[in-house]
Amino acid sequence: MKPAAIMGPAALAVFVGCAAAFAASDAVLIRNADVYPVTGAEIKGVSLLIEDGKIADIGAKIVAPKGARIVEAKGLRVYPGMIDSGTELGLNEISSERVTVDTNEIGEFLPQLKALIAVNPDSATFAATRVNGITSAMTYPGAGRGGGGGGRGGAAAQFISGEAALIHLAGWTWEEMEINRSAAMQLNFPSIGGRGGRGGEAEFPAAGRGPATFTEARRQYDEQIQKINDFFDAARQYQKERAANAPGFKKDLKMEAMLPVLEQKEPVAISASRERSIRDAIAFAEKQHIKAVIVQPRELDKVAAELKSHNIPVILGRTEALSENEDDPYDKEMTLPSEAYKAGLKFAFGTFSNEWTRNLPYNAARAVAFGLPYEEALKAITINPAEIWGAASETGSIEKGKWADLIITDGDPLEVPTQIKGLYIKGKEIELTNRQIELYHRYMARP
Amino acid sequence: MKTKLLLGLLALASLRAEVTVIRNATIMTEGAQGTIKGSILVRDGKIAEVGDNIAVPEGATVIDAGGQWVIPGIIDCHVHIGVDGNMNEGSVSVSSMVNIKDVINPEDIALYRALAGGVTAANVLHGSANSIGGQTIVLKMRWGQDADGLIFEGAKPGLKFALGENPKRAGNPQAGGRGGELRYPATRMGVEDTIREAFNQAVAYKAEWDKYDAEVRAGRHPLAPRKDLKLEALKEVLEGTRYVHAHCYRADEILMLIRIADDYGFKIRTFQHVMEGYKVAKEIAASGAGASTFSDWFGYKMEVFDAIPYNAAIMAKKGVLVSLNSDSEDGELTGRLNTEAAKAMKYGGMSREDALAMVTLNPAKQLGVDNRVGSIEVGKDADIVIYDKDPLSEFSKVQKVLIDGHKYFDRDQDISGRAAKEAEKQKLIESEKSEKPDQPQGRGARRPQ
Repeated sequence: MKPAAIMGPAALAVFVGCAAAFAASDAVLIRNADVYPVTGAEIKGVSLLIEDGKIADIGAKIVAPKGARIVEAKGLRVYPGMIDSGTELGLNEISSERVTVDTNEIGEFLPQLKALIAVNPDSATFAATRVNGITSAMTYPGAGRGGGGGGRGGAAAQFISGEAALIHLAGWTWEEMEINRSAAMQLNFPSIGGRGGRGGEAEFPAAGRGPATFTEARRQYDEQIQKINDFFDAARQYQKERAANAPGFKKDLKMEAMLPVLEQKEPVAISASRERSIRDAIAFAEKQHIKAVIVQPRELDKVAAELKSHNIPVILGRTEALSENEDDPYDKEMTLPSEAYKAGLKFAFGTFSNEWTRNLPYNAARAVAFGLPYEEALKAITINPAEIWGAASETGSIEKGKWADLIITDGDPLEVPTQIKGLYIKGKEIELTNRQIELYHRYMARP
Repeated sequence: MKTKLLLGLLALASLRAEVTVIRNATIMTEGAQGTIKGSILVRDGKIAEVGDNIAVPEGATVIDAGGQWVIPGIIDCHVHIGVDGNMNEGSVSVSSMVNIKDVINPEDIALYRALAGGVTAANVLHGSANSIGGQTIVLKMRWGQDADGLIFEGAKPGLKFALGENPKRAGNPQAGGRGGELRYPATRMGVEDTIREAFNQAVAYKAEWDKYDAEVRAGRHPLAPRKDLKLEALKEVLEGTRYVHAHCYRADEILMLIRIADDYGFKIRTFQHVMEGYKVAKEIAASGAGASTFSDWFGYKMEVFDAIPYNAAIMAKKGVLVSLNSDSEDGELTGRLNTEAAKAMKYGGMSREDALAMVTLNPAKQLGVDNRVGSIEVGKDADIVIYDKDPLSEFSKVQKVLIDGHKYFDRDQDISGRAAKEAEKQKLIESEKSEKPDQPQGRGARRPQ
C-alpha cells in the first residue's frame, strides 16, 4: 500500500475539509428506507445516518444531528454501491481513438506503471456509469482482447502491465478517487497460440499468424512462462540484495514495484482464459508464492476444484457473452457464475469494457436467470470485490463504520427498469446527471 | 431425390396440419388484446385463436405454460449472423450489385444462439464499409433448414447504405485505407456525393428502361438498354420495390440522406443505429422513415460521443417508429433483445408494451412483414416465444420458440441432448485420430509431385 491511500486520519481530514466547503454539516439522514446491507438480512423501514462520509448508524429511531440533511426514502431501498472488478475507466475514453486511450504501454514487464496516476477524473465514462449505481471500479493499466479495444495500436507483448487501482467513480482528482492504487499487479498469462490478455485467448492455430505447429506453439508458450518466472526470480534476488544492502546495490523502479507482490501484500490479477493457462497460472502462483486472483477464467468449470483447493478468487467476465467455441452450449457463459458458486469459489464480476460497465448489475442478474442464487449475484458486485481487492473494511456493504458508498433505488438494482434515486460516494451526494441526461433534456425540449 | 423431396413435403404438410395449444400463460400479445392470461390456438402454422377460454381440439399438442410468459417472436432489424463474416465488398464504395442472400450459411451457430434467445426473424445486412453496401434479406430462424428454407418468403428485400466514419475509413490514410490504396470517399461530403452520383446514374438508367418498357407496351420492338446490376438495385429503390436501410450515427448525415432521398424521390425505410436520431427526430418522423437503434451503446468511437440511451424513447415520443437491434455477428446481443427492450423503460419511461414492441411489432413494420409477424393476433404466423418469467425481467430466460407453429427451440431438449452431442463429438475426434495421416483418401489425396 502506498502512503497516499485514503485510509489514514490525515486523508480523512482532507475529505472532511472538502465536505465542509459545501455544507455546514455533512450529515445525511436517509429515513424510512428498506436497507439491504448484503452482509446481512434486509432491514425494513429504518433510517440510515451518514456522518463524516461514513455510515454512522442504522436503526428505527435515529435522531438527526443538527443541520443534517433529511432524505425521505419511504418505499425506497438502500443498497451498497456496486463495484466492477474489470474496467479501464479513466484511462480509455473512446476505445477506437488511440490518442484517447492510455492503457497498454510499450514493453513486456512494466510493474512500475500505475493505472491510478493516469485516471482522468473528468472522463465522461464516470458520470455515464455511476448514475446506474456503480460507485467503485478496478481500473487496469493493460487491456486485453474484449477489453474495450485499448489493445488496438498498443503493445500486445505485455506480460506485466502494471498496477490496477481500485477507485471511486467520483472525485476532483485521482488522489481523491483512490481507494487502493496497488489493488493488484496485472499479469497477462500466456496461452498456446498467442497471448490473448484479458478477455480471452485465440483458438489454436491463430488464423494466418503465429506458430504453424502445436509443437512450436507449445515451445513458445513454455518459453514465455519461463520468461515470467525469470522476472519473478530476478525480483526475488533483488529483494534479497536489497535486504542485505549488498555491495553495488542499485535501486530499480521495476523491482521496487515487485516487492509488495513478493511479500504477498498485493495480489496478482492473472488473466488466464483456457484450461491449460489456468492450470499453469495456478502452478505459477504456487511456485512463486504469490497471492493470485484469476481474471476471466472462461474454462473455470474444468479447473474449479484446483482453484478451490488453492483458495484463489476469480473475476468473471460478462454473462452477456457467448462462448467462442461453437460446440459449447449456448448458455455456457451465463452458467459460469453458478459453476463458480457450486465449486465454492470466491468470485466477483467485471465487465471488461467501459461502455458496458453501467450494465454490471444486469450481468449479475443474468447469472441468476441461469442458476446462481440471487444473494450471491449481489455479493459478487459488492462485498466480494471489496474483499478480493482488500477494501472490505471500508466499503462493499452497508455496515456501521464503512464509507457511505450507497445507492437509493425504487426497486431491485439488478432489474433494468429500476431507477437509481440517490447516489452517495464516501457520504457525498452525487448529482444524478451526466452529459447524456443533459442531451436528453435538451433535445426532448427541442421545438 | 424426388421421392425424398416428396416425403419432405408430406412431412411438412402433416406437420402443418398439427394443432397446438399453449395454455395458462401470461400473453403479451402486442396486439389489440393487450396483455392477457389465457391460451393460444395454433393451426396450420398460424395463430387461430387467442383468449382466456379456448377449447382444446382433439389431438392437439398441448403446451402447458402455467406461470410462464408468452410474447411474439422477437425480430432483429439488423444482424450479420449466418454470413460467416462475408460482410463488406470493400473494393468499391457502391456495391449495390452484391446480395447477402448468396452467402447465407444455415449452419452458422449464431442462428441457433439467436433462436435460443427468442429471435424468430432477422434482417441480415452487409457491413458498413461502403456508402452503398449491398442487397439485404430477411430470414426466419428455422434452424436445421437449408439457406433457402431460412428466407422469410414474401419479405421485401433491402439495400444497405452506410454514412459517417465507416465508409470514410477506406479513404483515410491514418485508418490505413485498404492495402495502402486510398478509396474515395474520405469525408462525409464525399459520402454524400458518392450516394448522389449513384442515384444520378440510376435515374438516367431508369429513364432508359422506362422508355424501353413504354415502347414495348406500345407494341414496338426497340433495342433493350444494357442491363447494369449495380444500378438495377437502385432502380428498384426508386420504384419502391426495395427498402433502404441506412447505417448512420450523426444528425448531420441523417439529415443529409433525407434530403438526397427527397431530391431523387425515394424513401428511406429505416435509419440504422441512428444514435443521434434524437437530435433530428422531427425530420426523421416527417420523412416517414423508421429508426432501428441500440439501447445503450456509447463510447466506442467518436461518432457515438453524443449517443444517449434515451435515443429510442425520444424518437418514439416524437413520432418515429423505433426498433432496437443487435448488429450482432455472433448472435450474442441478438439473443437478449427482450431485456434491451426493458432499457427503453428505464431510459425514457416507455410502457412495458411499447418497450416490447420495439423488438417485435415495430421491427415487423419496418421490414414490411407486420401482416405476418410481430404480434400474437389471429391470422398471423405462429412465431411465438415462451419465457419462464416476465420477459422484461433480467431473471427470465427462453423456454421454447415456435416458428410457423413448429417448435424450433426447447431449452429442456437442448440441455438433455448435450450429453449425446458431446459423445458424438468425442467419437468423431477418436475416429479422426485413428485415421492414418500418411494415407490420405478421396479428394484430399496428395497429387503426384
